[in-house]
Amino acid sequence: MAKPTDKQTPLVEMRDMQKAFGGIRAVDHVTVDLYPGEVVGVLGHNGAGKSVLMKMLSGALKRDGGEIYVNGQLTDINNPRDARDYNIETIYQTLALADNLDASSNLFLGREITSPLGFVDDARMEAETRKIMGRLTPNFRRYHTPVAGLSGGQRQSVAISRAVYFNAKILIMDEPTAALGVEETRMVAELIDELKKQGIGIFLIDHDIHQVKTLCDRASVMKNGKLVGTVKVDEVTEDDLLGMIILGKNPKESVA
Amino acid sequence: MSDTTSEPTKVGSRNLLATLEIDTRLLGMIGAFVAIALVFNFWTDGRFLTPRNIFNLTIQTVSVGIMAAGMVFVIVTRHIDLSVGALLATVSALMAMTQTQVLPNDFGFGLNNPATVFVTILIGLVAGTLIGAFHGYLIGFLTIPAFIVTLGGLFVWRNVAWFQTRGQTIGPLDERFQSLGGIGGTLGETGSLIFGLLAIAAALFGLFTARRRKVQHEFPVKPLWAEITLGAIISGAILGFVLILNNYEKPVRVIQREFAARGETMPEGYSEAYGIPYSVLILILVAIVMTMVATKTRLGRYIFAAGGNPEATSLAGVDIRWLTVKVFAIMGALCAISAVVASARLTFHTNDIGTLDELRVIAAAVIGGTALSGGLGTIHGAILGALIMQSLQSGMAMVGVDAPFQNIVVGIVLVLAVFVDILYRKRTGIK
Repeated sequence: MAKPTDKQTPLVEMRDMQKAFGGIRAVDHVTVDLYPGEVVGVLGHNGAGKSVLMKMLSGALKRDGGEIYVNGQLTDINNPRDARDYNIETIYQTLALADNLDASSNLFLGREITSPLGFVDDARMEAETRKIMGRLTPNFRRYHTPVAGLSGGQRQSVAISRAVYFNAKILIMDEPTAALGVEETRMVAELIDELKKQGIGIFLIDHDIHQVKTLCDRASVMKNGKLVGTVKVDEVTEDDLLGMIILGKNPKESVA
Repeated sequence: MSDTTSEPTKVGSRNLLATLEIDTRLLGMIGAFVAIALVFNFWTDGRFLTPRNIFNLTIQTVSVGIMAAGMVFVIVTRHIDLSVGALLATVSALMAMTQTQVLPNDFGFGLNNPATVFVTILIGLVAGTLIGAFHGYLIGFLTIPAFIVTLGGLFVWRNVAWFQTRGQTIGPLDERFQSLGGIGGTLGETGSLIFGLLAIAAALFGLFTARRRKVQHEFPVKPLWAEITLGAIISGAILGFVLILNNYEKPVRVIQREFAARGETMPEGYSEAYGIPYSVLILILVAIVMTMVATKTRLGRYIFAAGGNPEATSLAGVDIRWLTVKVFAIMGALCAISAVVASARLTFHTNDIGTLDELRVIAAAVIGGTALSGGLGTIHGAILGALIMQSLQSGMAMVGVDAPFQNIVVGIVLVLAVFVDILYRKRTGIK
């Protein structure tokens, strides 16, 4: 079968990743990869290890073993700042916003624009926030409200704006639509398509099989810390995916 | 602000406040303060709102106010510091020993050496900062809860203070040092007036540049009349404060003594006022610097972010452990400054200095709108909280309320204030 990505260097390659908590192997010798302009779903039950795997890429967790390659180059990602240097951005379902701060403080958290005197330049950050948020959600007006007062979709768009503003090349989305309504979910789906076209690679952690079938190109399924397999979503049925998640059974060993 | 208004009758006034962009919570606190002042003034037949009493009130507020500013950062990051009173005592004891024994005798500075005060304060600041940083290390890096670390600190530092002085009262303190305590060192009439005018100029310049920046970025700005009204209110408040303190005249006896000290005699009919005490200037400086740190620096941004969502903040690449060390180091430094003011005001170091201050400081911060759940609080609120508590306490003392009842009332007010705050936040939908 045709593999247009064969000749390209993968954007990200995580080889033989390992992480243990006490005696439990949360991630057990897992290898996954991601190409530019591609969405790879990372599936599995709660506790399958998918979030842990992604947190090693975003620098939130330190890996016990394994190697991470970005554009074919071996990297050493040990904390969130390292990951950012490789333009890896993460959109978490709930974790990533400080509820008591406004949109622009959140967007620039950890990367504030400062004046020559070293003070944070709120006016400039707000101006940049207005620009980028205006592009993604034109109706957004509440720039001076703590994000606790925003709707789920608005909060998510702050998080997505952050990734877009800082030129993410590799995006990790942890159930980006879990807290959203129908309309807002559609908006995020459109955004993912838009980002794909720009050549950004996306790891999408999701529970919703139907959503994975529509949004993703490939899916890597994990169970009990081990990789069950990686499949092209167009070549398998939803039942096949469910079988992989629940039973840990790979429908076509050859595809992986 | 909130666009959900239940009572249409209040729309007008609320819109006015919204236009002026005045924090309604701050307004409520100022209202409470004014109400307390008026009630006591009525009760004492006008003795509460005299220049003399207002002067005393401000110098009594300084020590707790300075520490309350630091406590805001501590509570905003979801910690607590129970050791501030004890830490104040330890630093005060250290500085008292330094200026009365170590420097004059052991280092041969002698009495009234102008360098004594600087060296003493420097040593106090370093000690306070290091002890605070050490608390921060135990809390941030070793993950011992702040409550426990500072509860232990309360026992340790209270008794380190005792040990240093063998429980004795140390003093009198260095003369220059004493001038930082309140009535012993003031700017005088002209100096206070100049200070007031400079402060007004700075405030108006601040308003102007903030507006200009907004216009530059084409943000919506409030109407010009609102800006001018705000400027007028601020200027009026500063000028009023200065004029009140400039109206507190020095007793003739004090002036005579001052002239005698210079070998002159006081001319007939000569009068002089106190003006702004140096200790109040220190509090104002602390308030400005801490507000700048809170709102204009990365450190401040991270302190508030960590209080709102520690996980998100650490995912944003902020080292929360170091942040904790910095917050407690700042708290320690402010305890040291407080120790200077508190011991200078008493002109002695006493063994019980700062006792129960930790509770006053926490109460001031909480009354001032700092949420114990973290992420919310302002420096000016905490200082206003300290002022409200001090007004209650000295007002009751003036009226002649028995000491136990004074403390009972303060305790009830603390609980009530937090309850009102909870109601306010529910209604306005903030957190």
